[in-house]
Order: sequence, then C-alpha cells, then structure tokens
Amino acid sequence: MKGEGTKYEGTKYEGTKYEGTKFEVKKFKGMKYEGMKYDILIAGVGGQGVVLASRMLALAAMKTGYRVSTAETIGMSQREGSVSSHIRIGDEIQGSLIPAGQADLLIGLEPAEAVRNLPFLKRDGKIIVNSHAVPPASKPPGSPEYDPEALLSFLEAHIPGMLCLDFTQLAEEAGTHRAANVAMLGAAAGTGMLPFSREDILAVLETEIPEKHRAVNRAAFEGAIEKIEIISGHPHREQTEDRR
Amino acid sequence: MTEKKLLMGNEAIALGAIEAGVQVVTGYPGTPSTEALETIIRYADRCEIYTEWSSNEKVALETAVGAAYSGAKTLVTMKQVGLNVASDPLMSLTYIGVKGALVLLVADDPGPHSSQTEQDTRAFGHFANIPVLDPATPQEAYELTKLAFELSHEFEIPVILRTTTRVSHSCGDVELAAAEPDLSEPSKPAPAGVPVKASCEGFTKDRRWTIFPRLTAERHPWLENVQVQLSERFSGFPYNSVSGNGKIGIIASGVSALYVKEAVKGFEELFTIFRVGTVYPFPEKAALSFLKGIEKLIVVEELDPYLEEQALQLVGRAHLSVDVYGKKNGFFPVSGEYNVDAIIDGVNKVLADLKETASLSHASPAVLRGELPPLPIRAPTLCAGCMHRTVFYAFKQAAKQLKKDSQVETIFSGDIGCYTLGNAHPLNMVDTCLCMGAGMSIAGGLSRTNPEAKQVAFIGDSTFFHSGIPAVVNAVYNGADVTLAVLDNRTTAMTGHQPHPGIGVTALGSASKAIDIAGVVRSCGVEFVKSVNIDSLENSLENCVEAAKEAIEFKGPSAVVFKGKCVGITKPRTRFAIDTESCTGCGFCIKQLGCPAIFLPAGEDKPLIQDSCSGCGLCAQVCPSGAIRESGVKK
Repeated sequence: MKGEGTKYEGTKYEGTKYEGTKFEVKKFKGMKYEGMKYDILIAGVGGQGVVLASRMLALAAMKTGYRVSTAETIGMSQREGSVSSHIRIGDEIQGSLIPAGQADLLIGLEPAEAVRNLPFLKRDGKIIVNSHAVPPASKPPGSPEYDPEALLSFLEAHIPGMLCLDFTQLAEEAGTHRAANVAMLGAAAGTGMLPFSREDILAVLETEIPEKHRAVNRAAFEGAIEKIEIISGHPHREQTEDRR
Repeated sequence: MTEKKLLMGNEAIALGAIEAGVQVVTGYPGTPSTEALETIIRYADRCEIYTEWSSNEKVALETAVGAAYSGAKTLVTMKQVGLNVASDPLMSLTYIGVKGALVLLVADDPGPHSSQTEQDTRAFGHFANIPVLDPATPQEAYELTKLAFELSHEFEIPVILRTTTRVSHSCGDVELAAAEPDLSEPSKPAPAGVPVKASCEGFTKDRRWTIFPRLTAERHPWLENVQVQLSERFSGFPYNSVSGNGKIGIIASGVSALYVKEAVKGFEELFTIFRVGTVYPFPEKAALSFLKGIEKLIVVEELDPYLEEQALQLVGRAHLSVDVYGKKNGFFPVSGEYNVDAIIDGVNKVLADLKETASLSHASPAVLRGELPPLPIRAPTLCAGCMHRTVFYAFKQAAKQLKKDSQVETIFSGDIGCYTLGNAHPLNMVDTCLCMGAGMSIAGGLSRTNPEAKQVAFIGDSTFFHSGIPAVVNAVYNGADVTLAVLDNRTTAMTGHQPHPGIGVTALGSASKAIDIAGVVRSCGVEFVKSVNIDSLENSLENCVEAAKEAIEFKGPSAVVFKGKCVGITKPRTRFAIDTESCTGCGFCIKQLGCPAIFLPAGEDKPLIQDSCSGCGLCAQVCPSGAIRESGVKK
C-alpha cells in the first residue's frame, strides 16, 4: 500500500509559504453547549477517504453529546469522480445537505475539490486544504486545464487565514500517503476548528481504524498537530493548556 | 434499554427489520439500497435469518412471497428501477395478500446520482394499492421499518418502505429500542439454501394462494377497502404532524420536510407545516383538518407532484378556497434533488405572488458559484487496470479493422454496471444503454433495421444472470446476427462486490454451485462461444481483438466470455513504468485508453504512471515505441 513509486510532484505548493500566518487557535474542551450548530464539508476525489473522515467526525460529535447527520457520495462517482460529505452537528437534527454559504469548515483533500465546494462555505468560514493535487483521470472534451497553482492562489485570495499544507506528504512521512484524510483531521483538531477536543477524535480513531493501520494513522494525526503548532509558533504552551 | 448508534439509513432499516423479527430477507443490489441487505448478512447467522442475494428483483420478491405465504416475516430490498422488474408479481400480490409480513425497501434516487430514472415510488404505491412509508432520517427509517412490519402483518398486505438517497445514504444518531444484536463471536457461514429459522407456521393449502380472474374479482373490493381503512388509521399517526399556526400551509414528506424547517427559520409565524410520513394511502382526515386552518398551500416534494395531486383533489372535494402552489403551476422544480436553497427560492416565488413583504434569505457564501474559476471535469471512469478497458479497446480495434477492410460499421449496445462507463471519453464504446439486460435485445432490434451494420452487445456477469438470458434465447430463436460480449469480472462490482450465481458463493459466504456463463449461452443454442482469459499478461489485447473479430464475423448469434479480475477486490500486480529514454511523448497511451493511472504532468511532454496502476499491462501493449514496461515495484 505504501506509495514508493512515481508520485505526482508537479504542483508542489509548499506549506512553508504559509509559515507565519496567524491561525486563531481556539480550544474546545469537549464540552457541549446549547443552541450549537456546526456544519463541516469534506471534499475530495473517490478513494481519498472522505467517508472515513466523515464518520470519525460524526462519532466524535456524538461522543460530545451532539446530534449528527451526514450525507455522503456513494456509488458511481466513487470511480475517480468528485466526492463530498456533509456533516451537520448540533442540538437539533437537520436535513443532511448543508445549504449554500452555511458550512463553518471546509476540509479540501484536493485543491480543485476545495474550490468546487467553496459556495458552501459561509463568509467567515474556515478552510483547510491539502495542496497535493490529484489530476483528473482523463480530459473530456471541453474540460478546462487543471492548474492547481492557480486554484490555490484563488483560495488564498478569497479565504483569509486558509490553512494549506501538503497533507499527503505529511501523511507519507508518517508512513502512508493514504492517511492524508486523518492528518487533515489532526490539523482541524490542532487549530481548534472542531466543536470537540482532539482527545475525543483520537478516541474515535482508536475504535474506528483497524488495528493494522491504526499506528500510522495516529502518527499522521499527531504529526499534523505538531506541524500546525510549529507553524503557529508556540507549541509547548498550547499543548499544556490542552492537557489540563 | 436504549442505545444510541451512528447508523447509515440502510443500516437503521436492517436493525429495525431484525427487531421486528424478520425471518427471510432477499434482494438484488442497487444503489442506494444495497447496504440494508448487507447489514442483515452480518447478523443473519446469529439472528437465524435466511438471507440471499437473488438473481433479480422479481425472483427476490417471489422468494419472499413463498416464505410470507407460510407465515414468515420477510423483507425484500431493491432500488427504484428494481421495483419495475419486480412489479409483475407485486401487482398480483396485492390482491392475494400475505400471511406473516412482507416489506419492500425501495430506494429512490432524486438527482439522479446513480440511476437511469427519477421515478417516484410514492406514486407507484398509489398506482398499485400498496401502503408507502416515507422516512426523513435514519431514526425515522428505523422506526418506520418496524411500523411497516406491523401493518403488513395486521392487514395481510405488502408494505413499501420508500427512502431516497439522502435517507438511505445519510448517517445519523439513531436511538435503538433494543440492544443491537451482539456480533462479538465470529460468525460461521450458514449452510447453503437452508432456512435457518423455521419458526413460522408453514404453508397451508388454500384457494386464496392461487390467483384466478374470479379470485381477483372477489378480492378487489377487499383491497380497496383496506386503502380506506389505512387512510383512516394513518390520520392518527404521529408521523403525520402539524406544527405552527401561520396562514400559509406547507405540506412536505421525506427529507424535504427537514429542508422546509430550515428554509423558513425566522419566519415560522407565517407558516403551518404538515409533515407526512405515511404518504400512501394519503391521510385525508388529518390533511383536511390542516387544510381548513390555512389560506394558501405550498407543496414541497422531490420527484412527482404526488402530495400536490392528493391536496388538489382534497381541496376540490371539500370545496375549500385554498390556492395550491407547487410543481404544477411552476413554483417548484419538477425534477432533480431538492435542498434548502431550492426551497427558499420556491417559497419566495410564492410569497412574491401573494404580495407578502416577507422573503426568506439565503446564507451568504464566501464565494458565489458564478465567481469560481474554471474547474476540471472529473467524470467517473473505469478503474486503473479494469479488465473492461481491455475488452472495449479490443472491440474498438476489431471494429476499426472491419470498417477499413469492408466499410462495415459496428454498433455497440451497453448495459447496466461499471462497464456503462465504457461510454466515457476516450473509449466511447457505448452507443445505446437502457436498462438491466437490454443490450442484447436492443442489438437484435438494431440488426433488423441496420442489416448493413454489425451488432455487439456488452453485458456484465451479474447482469447476465439478472435479465440477460431471455435476450440470448430470443436471439437464437429468431436468428439475430448479434455478438454478445460478456464482461465477467467475477463480482457485482458497481454496487460494492456482491456475489452472484456465477461465482459459487452465497450472500453469507458459503459455497454453492457456480453457473458457467459460456455453458448457459451454449445450451441456449449459440453456436459460436469462446472464452478468453484476460488476466494473462502475454498478448491479452491481441487475444481479445482476435476473439472479437471472429465473433463479429460469425453469421448468427455469437458470444465471447471475457474472464478477468475486478481490481477493486484483487491484489494488484507489479506496476508499470514509462521509460523516459524511449518514450517519444506521442501521448498515444493517454489519448487511446483514458486510464486514470497515466497522466501528463502540467508543463511536461512525457506522461507518468502513478501509484494507482494495478499492472494490467494494456498500456505496454499499445505503446508504439515499447516504452512502457513492468517496473518490478509492488503496490
């Protein structure tokens, strides 16, 4: 499963470009609060693990005492097509699709898919993007050229405070490029973008990921948190606060 | 004791059925219904439930009917187009009725996301006199499944639990009344073909089980009377509820009802909302009392204007002066999937028409859809290394040769499965596709009207057993000059790799007799039958082209069974790589095959092969400069 072969390196968009960006690091202590509503959209390409990431978020939300509803793409589009999952967290059960402009957080496992789903993100919503591009399988007549660099610049220009890193590379360093989805959840937890604590989601990782893949996914999750803390500049203080 | 679980709608339905005491479960895979039966398979052994993947939906229903005649509680699962296949037995069954219980899970697909039609099973229930329950969430799906079993048992009739993609494939927290059956011990496969729980009363001979014109005439008044009784009963059900007391009424069912709630947030005082959970027979009494309290009515529903027609006839019959706004007068979209925004637009059109000052507002997105830069189209594609690509490419070469040598065209008819994706660029190998099993019959019809052209029909292994065989029989019987290409990848791939009659494994994983497709075709009287193993790396393409040519040139019905592995469930071989020294950058591999593993990096002139390569070797066989070779790297 390990990706040792030719990897698409043509569109490296270094995370270093964003070093120094101030992320707002909020801390959720895993406490449920009333009147809460939090919508997360995960977008990617079939095979990137959108469904697993969605399930992990939903379970962590349930552990915290919220109601959840998700909508996933299953079926024909999974064959190399665009896929997304809508995760709705809150005190009330809602229709499973997030309305336009309502998502609080957009997790883009791939640059073009992040851009495609931007109309779901609310005006001051947060976004985490994997800079590692997945080029489309074939170029049907009339399909525009894929220029990941241009799309990442578009995102940067429109969403201030975007968190963009090569999560595929980060996951690869932890042991497998396939754990990019879990690394992105780590980044979301590490920057306080989730309505539950990182311990909640780590606990879900322990029960949801089969034992043989667990260590590498845990490493990807924690690796992402570490990376975020280095970027945001004060790792140790944040860590101790979180462990109180 | 209650337990809260995160469940997909289909899983919730399975647990609801188990709690209701289901004893026999049958079905045919179809998105978005498949996971219901798959979930029951996990519990089948422990809960003593006889479970099978049947050869098609008609057979699945008939099997369940036999069990229900004997007093068993039964569930049949299918997608909406599967109901069309099962509709022959179902239409007659309504007159006969059942003992035990018979519940059909039918999953509709507004959009559609992965279906041929946007048909509405609520309307089918109305047409066929079968009660239809329409849940909005996994929680309701679980509860309404149990209710469906109760109603079926009490009234001795089949009951439809109708879902949509956003219910079946949505996950939510579900409160279970009973603890989920324990799965901790390893499950052993049940003995093939033996019903594991025989606690039903068994079949009693009675004239009521044999349909006959006189029996139908006797039963028809009973059937109509049941509809009246159910409508009455449904009016008192909590699943049909009214909230608010505004002058504008909104009626909605399924997931649309939840979208409505969200769309009118902040303007609740304007509206009275009637949520209908038991859509057919329409709960007229409850609807009438709702209609009497409002001045205007907005109908919000995906697919057919079913509730709208029910409301209109009720308004007419009761001489109410309520204007109805829905699909029929252009206020709401007549097709496609709904969402909160579509409903806001529809309601605002009505509010403007009513000269109301209020109007619902959309949230403001970070970026509007119209502001997005051009984005690459990601059309669904055959997987890297899929055997179907090799077969399609081989037939393309054979047809090209035929055209060149003798100016003869070839028309390719497709069928339903992963291989429908053979229609995609650059293969373009599907000229017709209609429904399960239609490819060969359509090719037969085309052969009568285009005698100068050659006809090829592609069909998958599971689809062949589903409804392909009668077309083979017909081609032989009536002497059609058509070629059948069976794409046998040893699984029902598109719906998630279920077994089928050709594999020798049952739904529960026990061994059964594998039916040989080439043998079936031969026994139907097809004289030219050839089998090609596609998995051999040596000359797989050449062998396929050769077989395709021979079969096309054969006068009369001919068939080639291409056997290979589905890359979705088999270990990949060593990957292939492009030798940049010998690659001339001609791009032939990309332009001809459309394999998702091969791509041209931006700004480069030579393609690369990515990790997703599973080593089928097709590209190496087509590369004009022999630049693609096995890399020796295992995936």
